[in-house]
Amino acid sequence: MPLSTNSNFARPDDAFRAIVEAHRGLTEEQSADFDAALVLILANHIGDIDVLREAIGLARRRMIDGQQQQQQQQ
Amino acid sequence: MAQANSPQAKTQFGYRRHPDQDRPGQSPAEHPVVVVGAGPVGLSLAIDLAQRGQPVVLLDDADRIGEGSRAICFSKRSLEYWDRLGVGDRMVDKGVVWSVGRIFHGESQLYQFNLLPEDGHKRPAFINLQQYYAEAYLVDRISDLPDIDLRWRNKVTALEQRNDSVLLTIETPEGAYRLHAQYVIACDGARSSLRQMVGAEFAGQVFEDQFLIADVKMTAEFPTERWFWFDPPFHAGRSALLHRQPDDVWRIDLQLHRYADPVVEKKPENVRPRIARMLGHDKFEFEWISLYKFQCRRMDRFLHGRVIFAGDSAHQVSPFGARGANSGLEDAENLSWKLDRVLRGLSPASLLETYHVERSLAADENIRESTRSTDFMAPNSHQEARLRKAVLSLAKETEFGKRMVNGGRLSVPCSYDSPLSSPDADAWRSGPSPGCSMLDAPVAARAGEQAYLTDAFRKGGTDFTLLSFNNGAAIDAPDGVKDIRIGGEGGLADPSGLVAKRYDAEPGVAYLLRPDGYVAARFRQPTRAAIAAALSRAQGLN
Repeated sequence: MPLSTNSNFARPDDAFRAIVEAHRGLTEEQSADFDAALVLILANHIGDIDVLREAIGLARRRMIDGQQQQQQQQ
Repeated sequence: MAQANSPQAKTQFGYRRHPDQDRPGQSPAEHPVVVVGAGPVGLSLAIDLAQRGQPVVLLDDADRIGEGSRAICFSKRSLEYWDRLGVGDRMVDKGVVWSVGRIFHGESQLYQFNLLPEDGHKRPAFINLQQYYAEAYLVDRISDLPDIDLRWRNKVTALEQRNDSVLLTIETPEGAYRLHAQYVIACDGARSSLRQMVGAEFAGQVFEDQFLIADVKMTAEFPTERWFWFDPPFHAGRSALLHRQPDDVWRIDLQLHRYADPVVEKKPENVRPRIARMLGHDKFEFEWISLYKFQCRRMDRFLHGRVIFAGDSAHQVSPFGARGANSGLEDAENLSWKLDRVLRGLSPASLLETYHVERSLAADENIRESTRSTDFMAPNSHQEARLRKAVLSLAKETEFGKRMVNGGRLSVPCSYDSPLSSPDADAWRSGPSPGCSMLDAPVAARAGEQAYLTDAFRKGGTDFTLLSFNNGAAIDAPDGVKDIRIGGEGGLADPSGLVAKRYDAEPGVAYLLRPDGYVAARFRQPTRAAIAAALSRAQGLN
């Protein structure tokens, strides 16, 4: 099964909000720790290495796009 | 230090002049195989070749068995190989048998694992045995085999590749001599001088973290298990390993700081307080202290003309996972039958290429596994450390977290994606597929007698073997192929049903095994023609 990028939540704002609120009151360091744990929990729940790799690829493209934008601005 | 405690076997040997040294310079002696390096790999390979009827010259530049325990964990696969070489019982009798490991984080246990949670295997998951015992028993075994000519203090100083041989120059206490070999097998370790002589690179990853190995002698009540700590109270922020060896010797492995001064760290007066903190007492003596960094690397090609590399000379891994000596022994069992066939003219020299194909795949797997373990123990960045922290913390309450904790993944035989394997044509639910190692299971020749499939394979002569499950219309094995029949008149009984279960077999099924115990092909309804084709393929004949 490929990575689903359709909107899967009936109420996407609730999902986004839940993650945002989980970070409330955390220091930068704690937030990063929290994200690391959350990523591992969700990755295991997906339980499909191909889907995980595709998700990593999609996330990594943000970094590449970001770098290209920076270069264009320079 | 260690040698004083190993009285059961001889460890010091003398140089003896050989008639080859008296031959005139222009006509050096000719030998089919010269093995260089009398470590576990070179010794085992020499025995295997000699048992197959090949005369072997085995050279070593020292005149004694190496100091220190070094490799201590020998795998089930290695023990099965040593059974075939006639030394398995001695190794297991002396060794400390174990299969359980525990992983701790701080003060508390995260989880425990059992590497062989099922019955019905002749050999345990692992034994721990000091490398000097293993080598001493192998040298003892060699004294029963007149086909092996073991020459101590014979150091290869030059090699020249010819079309049909290799010309070696060998330095001895009485000067140099030369000899021709059809094939030279370089088992001369991680710092292989033969590798330099053929001009091969040995590229890979160097790890900056330093580890301290201390073998201490003490009487202790710890169980015979592998204990591994992340961030233990006695060694904050680093990892530690405790493992039992014979003779009340305990292996302790402590991760040190990347920039620790090796000379300072290695001093017994500096090691002692660390160990005392770990054990809670200082009633122990040092057997051996060694400090080192790891490298994970391999040669690009294991074959260089007529010089073939095996063991640490060809590939090097970090020690977490017991993949060094064990993978070297797998090299030896993979190479010896192939070389024997090539020397007899039964298979073309291209069969040796499959040694490179199969064992370099295995080296890649071993390097990948041991690199992952080392990276988990010594994270390379702040973010890697953060992810590890998350895993260790999740491991306290989740099963998936426990399984992500990597304190070393222990050596199991590699599966080969090999040109020698015939792909499955039938449907199988389980069982060893072509390219996998055979599985052991109990068998009985007569009621009440306990034996194992690995025994039957060994007794058959460790050759190509057809393992078939009787259905009343037995398939004859092709000429020269040994036979193991399960069930039926004259066949072996499968009292526990484990043979059929482990091989996903009903009556009529047949497995073609290679001389190293790997599966070459398997059939639900074997035909003579299909078996013959698979055999020919596994022998490198087409």
